[in-house]
Amino acid sequence: MAKGKYLRGASRRSLLQQFGAAAIGISFAGGLSACGGGNRRVVNFYNWDTYIGETTLADFEAATGVPVQMSLFATNDELFARLRAGNPGFDVIVPSNEFVTRMSQAQMIQPLDHAQIPNMANLAPEFQDAPFDPGRQYSMPYTWLTLGIGYRKSAMPAGFVPDSWGYLLDNARFSQRIAVLSESADLIRLSAKYRGHSLNNIPDTLLSEIEQMLIRQKPHIKALHEDDGQDLLVSGEVDVVMEYCGDIAQIISEHGDEEFGWVIPREGTLLNQDCLAIPTGAPHVEDAHAFINYLLDAEAGAAIAEYIQYPTPNAAARDLLPDEYKNNPVIFPTPEIMAVSEYGAFEGDERARLYEEIFTRISAA
Amino acid sequence: MEQTWRQARAAFAAIAIPPIAWLLLFFLIPLGVIWAYSFGENVGPISIDFTGTFANYGRALEPLYLGIFWKSLIIAGLTTLLCLLIGFPVALAIAFASPRAKAWLLLLIMLPFWTNLLIRTFALIAVLREQGYVNFALEWLWNNASGFMALVGLQPLGDYEPLTLLYNNTAVVIGLVYVHLPFMVLPLYSALDRMDRSLMEASLDLGAGHLRTIWAVVVPLAAPGIASGVLITFIPALGAYLTPDLLGGTDSQMIANVIERQFKRANDWPFGAALSFLLMYLTFIAIAAQALVQRRSERRGR
Repeated sequence: MAKGKYLRGASRRSLLQQFGAAAIGISFAGGLSACGGGNRRVVNFYNWDTYIGETTLADFEAATGVPVQMSLFATNDELFARLRAGNPGFDVIVPSNEFVTRMSQAQMIQPLDHAQIPNMANLAPEFQDAPFDPGRQYSMPYTWLTLGIGYRKSAMPAGFVPDSWGYLLDNARFSQRIAVLSESADLIRLSAKYRGHSLNNIPDTLLSEIEQMLIRQKPHIKALHEDDGQDLLVSGEVDVVMEYCGDIAQIISEHGDEEFGWVIPREGTLLNQDCLAIPTGAPHVEDAHAFINYLLDAEAGAAIAEYIQYPTPNAAARDLLPDEYKNNPVIFPTPEIMAVSEYGAFEGDERARLYEEIFTRISAA
Repeated sequence: MEQTWRQARAAFAAIAIPPIAWLLLFFLIPLGVIWAYSFGENVGPISIDFTGTFANYGRALEPLYLGIFWKSLIIAGLTTLLCLLIGFPVALAIAFASPRAKAWLLLLIMLPFWTNLLIRTFALIAVLREQGYVNFALEWLWNNASGFMALVGLQPLGDYEPLTLLYNNTAVVIGLVYVHLPFMVLPLYSALDRMDRSLMEASLDLGAGHLRTIWAVVVPLAAPGIASGVLITFIPALGAYLTPDLLGGTDSQMIANVIERQFKRANDWPFGAALSFLLMYLTFIAIAAQALVQRRSERRGR
């Protein structure tokens, strides 16, 4: 998922994603000159693009004397593939919830020492624990995010809000003006949500109904986007698009809320949580803990959240922020929506492969 | 007298060993690893057992995946055909241009290589999208035509409806032709440039028209160039994944997209490896076909 870069114009994120795809094959030896040396203190931070405050890294170095070297990835799959054959020297990574489970099962990330992360107390109570990482043994929450529908207001009848996944997944109303994420699991899970089922433990009968539904809907969908849906919306290609909250928050703050709107469908949505974790074999474990602790600091967290425009799990940081962040409906969903929304659980690799095969069948149909 | 490598073993070794070692280390060994993966089984998120199973190939040969292979062959074939139809006259024109113009024209053909494929594809999106340059130009023409009709007292044309040029299979073929055209033009040019001009003059002197001369004399003589142009256009087009990903719609998945997703989202390296190797076998068949054409035309030339 591309992260918000609130202050930039047309971003380079999808470029990065494609470059990333090309780079995986050759990246096993590259970069990270600092990791081999051993003695020099540094934190090698592997993060999403523009997913950090403007001065956060410099502030950390000023406070501790330890420089941070940041590299970027564009998808969880890229992160996973890069670390699959062994940690090339990263100290802190930012996997999403499902990948926290997957990587902890594969022992690709190591347990955290909570004693070294006192700022964990800053987290809102609901983020102190997580179903995908019981007891927060392996991960600390960094941001969380929702999927929803970004839409062009001028293309809607007056006052109309496309507040159902059906407008994207099961309806010809916006025929050929629709773009959805090219992510098999997200598509299938949100279809299940639309059909009134939990997005986890989807039964086989429902899966085949979803497959039929998406095959029927396919002629009405214009593009499967690689998380650059907001660009398709801005450039006038489509009128309704499935996207992450921060990407739409960004274009709304750039173009004003007269032109674009954001809604989380009434059926509820898929929640994601991007987490800080320390990969197995990290060369600077102690400084990595210090860095994670610093990111959870109230002021540092506030500076990050205000810059990247994603919801923060850090209650102390949120308290420091102005109302236009705290009460922004694009950033924070209503309690009613939260009540019907869920995190996607990691249901094993077999499941991921099944979803991928269904997606291949839909595309080939 | 021809020299063989036996007469200068040391020099030959000095020149040949580095590239052979390079090829072995960075091409054949990794390829062997992938080949081994294709007979493996996933036993965990990051571990693969090499069990010698053919299950991955069995799955890759299911109708679903064969259908996608077939579709990729059609798209790559169409791309190659269009490249040939567009590239042949271009190569002919360059071959017959003055030496000075020739250098410039060749430079123009190679110019796109100076830019990354991804940047070029994004540029193509900016050209083809609804708020893009093609539609801007058509809209300008449309509005002027409309204004002109109003001026002479006819019904104006009404509002311009932008054409949908992106996110469909046509866009994929346009993108692939754009990217692969230089691969076609360059071998065609080198074949046409080497050609013995006196044969064409003879054909024209003996009464054949220009078209007949091209068809009966130039094309057969350029056959090896055509074959290698077809081959080096077809193979990368068959394995294209960036272009269908960025320019295609819901219907434009090609086999390389499926392979990419096996290595990433599905985390199923053995199956991805089996699909890759099937693609490679197809490529070998294409190369063998090209070699046959080449041999036949050499025999005829003798």
